[in-house]
Amino acid sequence: MRKPAVVVLAAVVGLSILPSPAGAEGGHVNLYSYRQPFLMKPLLDAFTRKTGIKVNMVYAKTGMLERLKAEGRNSPADAVLTADIGRLTDLVRAGLVQPVASAVLRANIPARYRHPDGLWFGLTTRARVIYADKTRVKPGEVSTYEDLADPRFKGRVCTRSGKHAYNISLLASFIAAKGEKAAEAWARALQSNLARRPQGNDRAQVRAIMEGECDVALGNSYYMGKMATNDKKPEQKAWAAAVTIIFPNQPRAGRPGGDALGRGTHVNLSGGAVTKSAKNRDNAIRLLEFLSGDFAQRIYAEQNFEYPVKSGVPLHPLVASWGTFKADTVHLTEVAKYRTAAAKIMDRVAFDH
Amino acid sequence: MGLVGTRFGGGAGTFRRIDGWTLGTVLVALAASIPIFAVIGLALTPGESVWGHLASTVLPLYIRTTLLLMAGVGLGTLVIGAGTAWLVTMCRFPGRRIFEWALLLPMAIPAYVVAYVYTDLLEYAGPVQGALRASLGWTTKGDYWFPEIRSLGGAIAVMTLAFYPYVYLLSRVAFLEQSVCVFEVSRTLGHGPWRSAFRIALPLARPALVIGLSLVLMETLNDFGTVDYFAVATFTAGIFDVWLNMNSVSGAAQLASVLLLFVLVVVYLERRGRRGRRYHHTSARYRALPGYPLRGGSAALASLACLAPVVLGFAVPAGVLGRYALTHYADTLEADFLTYTANSLGLSSMAAVITVAVGIFMAYGARLRGGPVVTAATRFASLGYAVPGAVLAIGVVLPTAWLDNTVDAVLDSVFGISTGLLLSGSVFVIIIGYVVRFLALSFGTIEASLSKVTASMDGAARTLGAGPAATLRRVHLPVMRGSVLTAAILVFVDCMKELPMTVILRPFDFHTLATFVHQYASDELLAESSLAALTIVASGILPVVLLSRTIGRSRPGHTGAPDGAGATP
Repeated sequence: MRKPAVVVLAAVVGLSILPSPAGAEGGHVNLYSYRQPFLMKPLLDAFTRKTGIKVNMVYAKTGMLERLKAEGRNSPADAVLTADIGRLTDLVRAGLVQPVASAVLRANIPARYRHPDGLWFGLTTRARVIYADKTRVKPGEVSTYEDLADPRFKGRVCTRSGKHAYNISLLASFIAAKGEKAAEAWARALQSNLARRPQGNDRAQVRAIMEGECDVALGNSYYMGKMATNDKKPEQKAWAAAVTIIFPNQPRAGRPGGDALGRGTHVNLSGGAVTKSAKNRDNAIRLLEFLSGDFAQRIYAEQNFEYPVKSGVPLHPLVASWGTFKADTVHLTEVAKYRTAAAKIMDRVAFDH
Repeated sequence: MGLVGTRFGGGAGTFRRIDGWTLGTVLVALAASIPIFAVIGLALTPGESVWGHLASTVLPLYIRTTLLLMAGVGLGTLVIGAGTAWLVTMCRFPGRRIFEWALLLPMAIPAYVVAYVYTDLLEYAGPVQGALRASLGWTTKGDYWFPEIRSLGGAIAVMTLAFYPYVYLLSRVAFLEQSVCVFEVSRTLGHGPWRSAFRIALPLARPALVIGLSLVLMETLNDFGTVDYFAVATFTAGIFDVWLNMNSVSGAAQLASVLLLFVLVVVYLERRGRRGRRYHHTSARYRALPGYPLRGGSAALASLACLAPVVLGFAVPAGVLGRYALTHYADTLEADFLTYTANSLGLSSMAAVITVAVGIFMAYGARLRGGPVVTAATRFASLGYAVPGAVLAIGVVLPTAWLDNTVDAVLDSVFGISTGLLLSGSVFVIIIGYVVRFLALSFGTIEASLSKVTASMDGAARTLGAGPAATLRRVHLPVMRGSVLTAAILVFVDCMKELPMTVILRPFDFHTLATFVHQYASDELLAESSLAALTIVASGILPVVLLSRTIGRSRPGHTGAPDGAGATP
């Protein structure tokens, strides 16, 4: 019993030393990421090629914040990447990130997509749009989030779980625009219009529309791009072809921009922040600068169908073909504030049950 | 193990038990419990209370759903697991020898993969309903009724298929270890196979059935992947909701602690229920088991009953993965697939060895010095299995990071050396996590096996001059060889599948097969990582078959080895 255990322990210690982040010529930067590695890889590879700085990464959807907090000032992490505004504000609230004053970041990123003190920076935006069946939904039949809760859509709406970060964030933006009471009434009415219990991811909603299970659905804009160009799973092209994208709550005649109905489409943010414990602070800032620069923003746009935060970066032709839209102008920190309230509303209206 | 039974306190009854074994067992158990204590500690940190909101909204639903899920999965795994184990052990019918090992195969497939595959097949947009609509002329959802896979019922079905092998495994071992005498007695009393099963075999196998069932139920409680995918509102789903959406990690830890309390109460009630009963063999006669031959219809039914779980729990999911892999293997091969495989195999085998060593030590310590303190400590240490992996991971992160930072601070202030984080973010922490999480598997399996070794064997060994350690090495371990291997393989296979802890605890750029599958599967893109998923399954098959052979040979009468068991204690 004894000997193998000793050998094993020795091997474990050996192994644990091996993969520790080794510095390349240009040094390195350590990332904790809420974004999937396969999405980030082309960007990070390009960064290393350009700067010689090696990027090390851990990806997890839960527990990163707690790990960072427990590791404290000795944490190896230099920067955090997230796929959602909520996680960015959580990091700020937990006091785990530090302010960055970078002229490059300020120039690349519009003020509403970064923290006023430089505690976090948005890198891309994605719109929470409405997918509508091309034939069963008449043009103009749905043009706002509020429409989805109208009785005429009874039994015709699909969405993923109300507890998913994207739907929580949408409901939080509703609270920011109209207050908690109105948001709860909306969520309740939307729930009663659902064609099926909330399930699947955003792609699954489009598939459900194509299969005739429902007529309209909520989803993030980039999924449409991914499905429409999916050569590996060509069946997804057919799903995408069945629906049109509608950017909700656009200002128009009788619905001026100042009116709540014309407040604009809800957008969420992917972004990054530099940790308080960063040992490679300069490299971390260089990485964020690189990710907000023309080259990387273009990759985001072309490969992931996201909206670049930097102005002047061309969209993917398909994304451009959906047309321009007005994004909800409320600052996203305001939206993030209402996340807990939104989650509780989802419970009160029993959205998923 | 080197701990000698030194006695303190002379003849005073109460102190006599505090010796090396007691102390060692309690210390090891406490060390393994640190992450659980950390979770409870987290629950006690002040924060905005979530209970008022939960109690007035979803808490009753969480509790009802969780109890129904546990009842469904418990009943399902018990019927399938114990039923098929009884059939392949005691009856003779076509295919029995294959089913003996094939019934274990579903264990190699992670439950969330089973959930994913069946959703793909059975949802409205899937091929099954599509074919039905096309062939029967239905056009919309309202035209017909079809069971909804993403539901409580679906979750019960998926988890039953994924978890029944635990019950099968442990009850098969128990049936094999039963003496033929009791069945001969049963026969002379005029009982057929059915009555023998219900009156003799099942009651005698109770410790094993209970351990198998409790493993299943703990696995049911800690599961998040399946219930999240099916949007079933269990208590565990609630833990994650409070943690991530209401941003209250202490609230989540409070819910997890309530879950633990619930498990503790259930375990305690069961123990009380069989207090004072013993399940040793009273006879040394281990001839081959009776082997009721089945013919005609009943033989066909028996074959079918064993075939169904294998097909549904293994062949279908593995087949679908295989089909995905044919078109998507390149995505996996592009990645550093071989390294991931090596990482998975390395971590899982190390964790298996350590977990089993700790399990043997604790189970033996509890047997030697079965006082209330030792028993309570060992039971508590194996509760990690009931905690959702991601929550337990935080329980591992907190103490290790604290230790790292303390060592760093002390060395820095005394010698001016900064050590940084030594343990945190290393492979070592992942192994600690695995050991804590899967201790229940090894401890439970070994304890069940030890409970069937009569005390007179210990007595004989001790009379011949062997100390407790020597008795363990020379008497118990050889007798328990099969169970030790069983424990090791159970832990190994579960580590191969382990996801939430590995994801949170791992070092930079470190992947196992499961985490590689996860980065795609978390966005419902399982096909892209199907080859890696298939590798997890494949690397589970060999140990599982090996396991079945070992168990088959474990029956003393089958190998011609000395029978061992002595007279009534």
